[in-house]
Amino acid sequence: MSAVSVRNIVYEVPDKRILNDINLDITKGEIVSIMGQSGSGKTTLLKLLTGLIRPTSGHILIDDQDIAAVTEKELDRIRLKIGLVFQYSALFDSLNVFDNIVFGVVRHRHKVPRVELDQMVRERLAEVELPGVEKRFPSELSGGQQKRIGLARALAMEPSIVFYDEPTSGLDPITANTIDNLIMRTRERTGVTSVVVSHHLPSIFRISDHIAMLHKGEIVIYGTPDEVRASSNPIVQEFLHPETHLVAGVGGP
Amino acid sequence: MAEQAAQQKTNTGAAGHAEEVPILRRPGPIRRFVDFVGESTILAWQAFTSILHGGFEMRDLINQMAAIGVDSVGIVLIITGATGAVFAFYIATLTKQFGGFNQFLGGTIGYSFLNELGPTLGGVGLAARSGAAIAAEIGSMVVTEQVDALRAMAVSPVRYLVVPRMLAAIIMLPLLTALADIAGLFGSYLFALGAGVSGEEFWNSVHTYTKVSDLLHGLAKSVVFGFLIGLIACQQGLRTKGGATGVGRATTNSVVLCVILIFITDFFLAQILTK
Repeated sequence: MSAVSVRNIVYEVPDKRILNDINLDITKGEIVSIMGQSGSGKTTLLKLLTGLIRPTSGHILIDDQDIAAVTEKELDRIRLKIGLVFQYSALFDSLNVFDNIVFGVVRHRHKVPRVELDQMVRERLAEVELPGVEKRFPSELSGGQQKRIGLARALAMEPSIVFYDEPTSGLDPITANTIDNLIMRTRERTGVTSVVVSHHLPSIFRISDHIAMLHKGEIVIYGTPDEVRASSNPIVQEFLHPETHLVAGVGGP
Repeated sequence: MAEQAAQQKTNTGAAGHAEEVPILRRPGPIRRFVDFVGESTILAWQAFTSILHGGFEMRDLINQMAAIGVDSVGIVLIITGATGAVFAFYIATLTKQFGGFNQFLGGTIGYSFLNELGPTLGGVGLAARSGAAIAAEIGSMVVTEQVDALRAMAVSPVRYLVVPRMLAAIIMLPLLTALADIAGLFGSYLFALGAGVSGEEFWNSVHTYTKVSDLLHGLAKSVVFGFLIGLIACQQGLRTKGGATGVGRATTNSVVLCVILIFITDFFLAQILTK
């Protein structure tokens, strides 16, 4: 059963088509990565999937509701099922970690007792392996810690789908590995569907059940990591093995 | 020309995923003016409907009122206190040529401050200090995706960011204007004392030549200016594009637009309120 279905999505800005006829089905509980070069349309697709922008044409079904056709108010109801982890965390820098994590909860659930909020924040921080940082402000955290708090904030609303925008970009290999583990553990623990937009190949092949590759606004391959690795598509192979193509290019006629 | 364009389209394929970078032309002044008026009107309407539906948190409003009050009170007191003193100096210098009309000094300054200088200088102070801060803060939130994070969590940026700031500016500017009036009068009083005008004569003149309606006119103006400053600062912040440069541009534009709008609106309000 699909958690996310994308049907014939086209997205255009003046004088340019960013995404062309995108079709994609993401099964519930899976981790699906969307990879591609910079400028291939990955982030635009993520913004469409989370309702931050609307497509020029086509349909995006989240739990069978078309977010491309609903009103902003209806979209807000659907957004409560969605968690979004931003590339640069997008934590509210005027709020401390505690207030960042409970931000959505206190605004959508009425009069949650403080004890319950404390408990929830402790649990979320334990899940992202950052206990005891409730009172710190985002500026007092490292990039990797901010990403983990971003994940804790996204999980606070207990979403059924979590979208990750470049979760490991700019991180050292060890921290990137920690983030990968968190994504996998979160799925195991909650059964949440995860959509990861990234171009970090080791992470993608490690965590994904399926991989989609975007190239110039179109999906050129969708399959399991093994299927993608074995693809004979030259665009896919160039993306997976740029060094080979670079050498071939240098040595070629 | 048309053939060239058609050829280019064919070369980029049926999918049209052109590789060429689109040329983003800066829109002309008329287009920018229409955009500004349209965006501001829509934002004001969204804020208004949000307020009608009780769509804001009281603690956000109180926080903003405190921030705006604390931020702007210093600059407003300095501007108006100094202006009052300078105003008194010029009036005293002028009236000396006619043998001195000290009995008019307090009244002239009081009338000017309550009707005009208090609300406009208070508005300029608020626009320069808090309006700029609002545009910079919201602009930074836009470029660091914090506004997208709000929307992703189904929290309306209008409800969370715009309404508390706009209401806080509407509530706080009349209070700052009252302080501006006091500071202006006190500044001119101190100068008048130095120039040999007695305190009694000064305050009697203020009492004789100013009315409660003058104070109310000034406060009514300040409510309108507060609305404009809150609205424009938020609108400029929300339309920020392009990182740190964009935040700087939004901040500057916010102050410039607010100051221009304060003086244009002041002209019309003066006509309406003195009828």
